Amino acid sequence: MTEKILVQGNEAVGLAAVSAGCLYFFGYPITPQNEIPEWFARELPKRGGVFVQTESETGSINMLYGAASTGVRCITSTSSPGWGLMQEGISSIAGAELPCVIVLVQRGGPGGGSIRHSQMDYMAATRGGGGGGYKNIVLAPASVQEVHDLIQLAFYLADKYLNPVVMLSDGIIGQIAENLEIKTIDFGPLPEKDWAVRGVGRQKDGKRRMILHGRGVIAGPPYFTYVNFLDHLKEKYQKMADTEVRYETYQTDDAEIILVAYGYVARVAKEAVKMAREQDLKVGLLRPITLWPFPYQQIKEKAELGCKFLAAEDSMGLLVDDVRIGVEGKAEVHLLDISARHMPTDGGMILPGRVFQEIRRLL
Amino acid sequence: MNNSIVKERAWGRPELCLDLPVWGLYCPGCQHPVGARLIAEVLDELGIADRAILIIGVGCHAFSGFALNFDVVSSCHGRAPDLATAVKRIHPDTIVFSLQGDGDCIAIGAGPFIGALTRGEMITIIMLNNTNYGTTGGQLAPTTLMEQRTTTTPEGRTADREGYPAHVAELAAGFKGTAYSARGALNNLANYKRTKKYIKTAFQKQINNVGLSYVEVISACPPNWHLSPLESLEWIEEKVIPEFPLGEFKNVDRIE
Ligand code: SF4
Repeated sequence: MTEKILVQGNEAVGLAAVSAGCLYFFGYPITPQNEIPEWFARELPKRGGVFVQTESETGSINMLYGAASTGVRCITSTSSPGWGLMQEGISSIAGAELPCVIVLVQRGGPGGGSIRHSQMDYMAATRGGGGGGYKNIVLAPASVQEVHDLIQLAFYLADKYLNPVVMLSDGIIGQIAENLEIKTIDFGPLPEKDWAVRGVGRQKDGKRRMILHGRGVIAGPPYFTYVNFLDHLKEKYQKMADTEVRYETYQTDDAEIILVAYGYVARVAKEAVKMAREQDLKVGLLRPITLWPFPYQQIKEKAELGCKFLAAEDSMGLLVDDVRIGVEGKAEVHLLDISARHMPTDGGMILPGRVFQEIRRLL
Repeated sequence: MNNSIVKERAWGRPELCLDLPVWGLYCPGCQHPVGARLIAEVLDELGIADRAILIIGVGCHAFSGFALNFDVVSSCHGRAPDLATAVKRIHPDTIVFSLQGDGDCIAIGAGPFIGALTRGEMITIIMLNNTNYGTTGGQLAPTTLMEQRTTTTPEGRTADREGYPAHVAELAAGFKGTAYSARGALNNLANYKRTKKYIKTAFQKQINNVGLSYVEVISACPPNWHLSPLESLEWIEEKVIPEFPLGEFKNVDRIE
């Protein structure tokens, strides 16, 4: 029997990162993700790693930029207001093509919003809030185990594509404690990080390395013009979109109505599907695990079969837009949003009974 | 030395300053490349060029970064001390330094700069102070002199609207984790030599793991000062140095 331990989602980030060989964390306190920097502050020095409490989230992301340029696996975490502060840095890291992992534990917005859970940063995470139209892979865990497994995947994908990878968690997934099986997941070989800075004298070829994010200002090898470089990025983003879509389906084969939900609401939606199935209602769940790239194709195929869709999300309606894009106007798309919380407060949640009620209304 | 002639190399290009067209981006009389040259000479003389990593900010100073033979990372505007912090913590055996302008360092970059000073990072920060935003066409900077005209202070800097010039070397010296802070200029041979000594001392502090070292270098920007290169040197002597005194503001061998 494999050993399991009881930990919070936020702590699972740390356990997974060190399993993936990441020993470098840079972060700033913000609720509800404080367990993440606190875990790293406790654990990294013991393991010979580096923890820096930064002067702000702009500090976090730019230290991450520096760390990534040395080729090490590195990570930061934040919550919604801090995510806003990180955008220029994320855009620059994407422009410099460096691998790193960023965890966003969503809280309520807009602005200071609330310090409790929400799913209000869907667009901010999947569309890239910084300038330039870059793309980041966005992974959305729905359990503590999945936080652990996806963090390891995130490091692999970051190294594979030389690109930031985002984990979009939320206040509930971050705070709940569940059983976790700790393991190192092997995703296969990766190319050597020959581009990293270490000092000219330590480069194998004795040549300097330049890490640039302003390719239109100074063009340099291997891209001799700005558009040359953008063509390369476009190709890379297309490859990610073609190969990295991940999702889970539950009872969708014969479904007449398909729920689409991620994160904590996906757990709730699954319970609602079970309730519906007990009453012989043909309901299923499609849970995107990658929010970018999004499983548009899978949604489109179901729409063409005549399924209706119900997006359930703890926001004013963001994920629903991606469902609409996938459906291409070929099916009804409904939304159950933050108004469906069991209490009209920052602590309210969307609960299975309320989702089930909505299913009944639609069928 | 009898009557033999002492030959001193008075011109030419240090090997670390690569022969690239980037140097041609500088305006006539700009002293940024002179600052870059001093850095190259110092790192060569200290024998640390091979393990040096340069973080550049955003501004005219950054052109030099593209033409110096170091591993280099270009940072977001003002964020070089953050990147330098991470690189140095990960590779304590490298020599990590940032090259920044005045706006980069103490306007948009004040947060990272103060953060690095507070933590006493083992890095070296070289700041080229030309009292304005050169790259963007000569706007007000925190270091702009009183009454100095810029494109955003067309009538000259006034205390009511823009406050007073920021004294960064003095500020850096006030932090406990700072090993060294100095301000030099390049407007005559004596100042040039002294500035080179400051830069050398600053890197020596990093080699000795003492603490953060900072050198500010007053740097002419003739087009945005609306002066000829020669007049710029005079203006540095008459106006800039009286506002920004030269010298060492902190020099310790141990932080205790
Ligand atoms: S604008 Fe000023 S700082 Fe920039 S290159 Fe010209 S002289 Fe130098």
